[in-house]
Amino acid sequence: MKKYEKWIEIFLFICATVATLSVFLITFFIFKEGVPILKSYGVFSFIFGTNWSPTNGEYGAFPMIIGSIGVTLGALMIGIPAGITCAVFLAEIAPKSMVKIFRPAIELLAGIPSVVYGLFGLSIVVPFIRIYILPIIQKFHPNAYTSGYSILAGAMILAIMILPTIVSISENAIRSVPSEYKEGSLALGATHVKTITRVVLPAAKSGIIASVVLGMGRAVGETMAVILITGNMPKVPGGILDSVSTLTGTIAMEMGYATPTHQKALFATGIILFVFIMFLNMTATFTMKRMGEK
Amino acid sequence: MSNTKIRVKDLQLYYGEFHALMDINIDIIENKVTALIGPSGCGKSTFLRTLNRMNDLIDHVKIKGNILIDGIDIYDIACDLTHLRKRVGMVFQKPNPFSKTIYENISYGPRIHGIKEKSKLDEIVEKSLKKAALWDEVKNRLNKPALGLSGGQQQRLCIARCLAVEPDVILMDEPTSALDPISTLKVENLLEELKREYTIVIVTHNMQQAGRVSDYTSFFLNGEIIEKDLTKNIFSKPRDKRTQDYITGRFG
Repeated sequence: MKKYEKWIEIFLFICATVATLSVFLITFFIFKEGVPILKSYGVFSFIFGTNWSPTNGEYGAFPMIIGSIGVTLGALMIGIPAGITCAVFLAEIAPKSMVKIFRPAIELLAGIPSVVYGLFGLSIVVPFIRIYILPIIQKFHPNAYTSGYSILAGAMILAIMILPTIVSISENAIRSVPSEYKEGSLALGATHVKTITRVVLPAAKSGIIASVVLGMGRAVGETMAVILITGNMPKVPGGILDSVSTLTGTIAMEMGYATPTHQKALFATGIILFVFIMFLNMTATFTMKRMGEK
Repeated sequence: MSNTKIRVKDLQLYYGEFHALMDINIDIIENKVTALIGPSGCGKSTFLRTLNRMNDLIDHVKIKGNILIDGIDIYDIACDLTHLRKRVGMVFQKPNPFSKTIYENISYGPRIHGIKEKSKLDEIVEKSLKKAALWDEVKNRLNKPALGLSGGQQQRLCIARCLAVEPDVILMDEPTSALDPISTLKVENLLEELKREYTIVIVTHNMQQAGRVSDYTSFFLNGEIIEKDLTKNIFSKPRDKRTQDYITGRFG
């Protein structure tokens, strides 16, 4: 009997080790492949070089960094207000019967493969920008031009993709605000809306921030959808209607035909991405902990 | 001298099918402390929460009958809920300060009712904290988080928060059940002070407390008022057998 339990414990230990070890192996591997070129090409010129032309041996990743940041920020600017208002509606205002329809629908968004989002963007959002948004812009800037493949298109699609993350985590945070807080506020004569904005949302702040950071992580890491809709031009963009390529998109697109040095450069791009996402995760954990203590 | 502040007529309350309050008739006298006693689940807290319409928050609650405060029916459609809750303040069983600073907790009420000037808010905060006998303990740390206070201080803070919107009536739902004896004593002494200006209705499980702090007592059982009278009469010569059994500790 005892021996049998011992084996189970060992088996569980191995499973846990595999998961943990994977993280270290991946980290180690990316750095091993990418660090040499960062050294020989120079970290500074890799990160801040604006010219990415692998055929000429130039590896300036700055356009992609800006591309990733631009698309992500755009997604957050659309996704945060939409997501948080949606969470407030579901947690505080919507009747139960409505929540039963809305919530599964939003959760379903998380299950749609990203390539499908890409196709949707390609066939709806990109033409929409070219046909409807461009003429509006041209009224003010007659020389403006866009193919529709742009930061804006990427941001719009990514905003939808991060909605389920923001909505479900924020909704949980709002629901877990003790009802005593709400009652305390209502009993003082505050209206429902004032109670939400002045008491409930501040109290749910840490969860809401966590949801945003996780959503941001998803937006930075998203690959397939952005390849299809951002245009993949390794050029520092001048505005939100310009085409860009992102860190993830570049790696996925170019790895297939890359020469050995080019490959290393793509690994180095992976390092930047990796550090970026690690930083986001750590910020999330840190904020949650700090807010939790308060 | 003894004016009726709140008059409750034939009040019925249903939670769905469950008849939680039956034929409640009671007059609550101005500037007195009225205690509601009775075993758990007898409806005394539910009754308390009808007085500032906090039961409106719960689904499937149906209320019949009238509650008049200063002669105005609070369940009338014309009654402004915000205004009602400003006039009828509430202190809860568990101290529930917001996770804000002490100052923000007190100024929250006046602010939502439209007071913006800093000097006026300062004045209200000081006055309210003084009335709640908390000023001397917190005057040097008004900008510290309210959740850093002890349980007893938090409860007095909640009382101060309630006073800050200048109510006429204060409802207290077992305000000392989560407090230690010394904090309880402070809150009880406070009630003595507060009843000069306010009408107080207090739900309590503690018979001695009802005896110490209240002028009138109503005994609730299974959603009905069994007996209501001056506190000294209820405790010295209860008319109903069930009241006597309860106050002598035979059940509940």
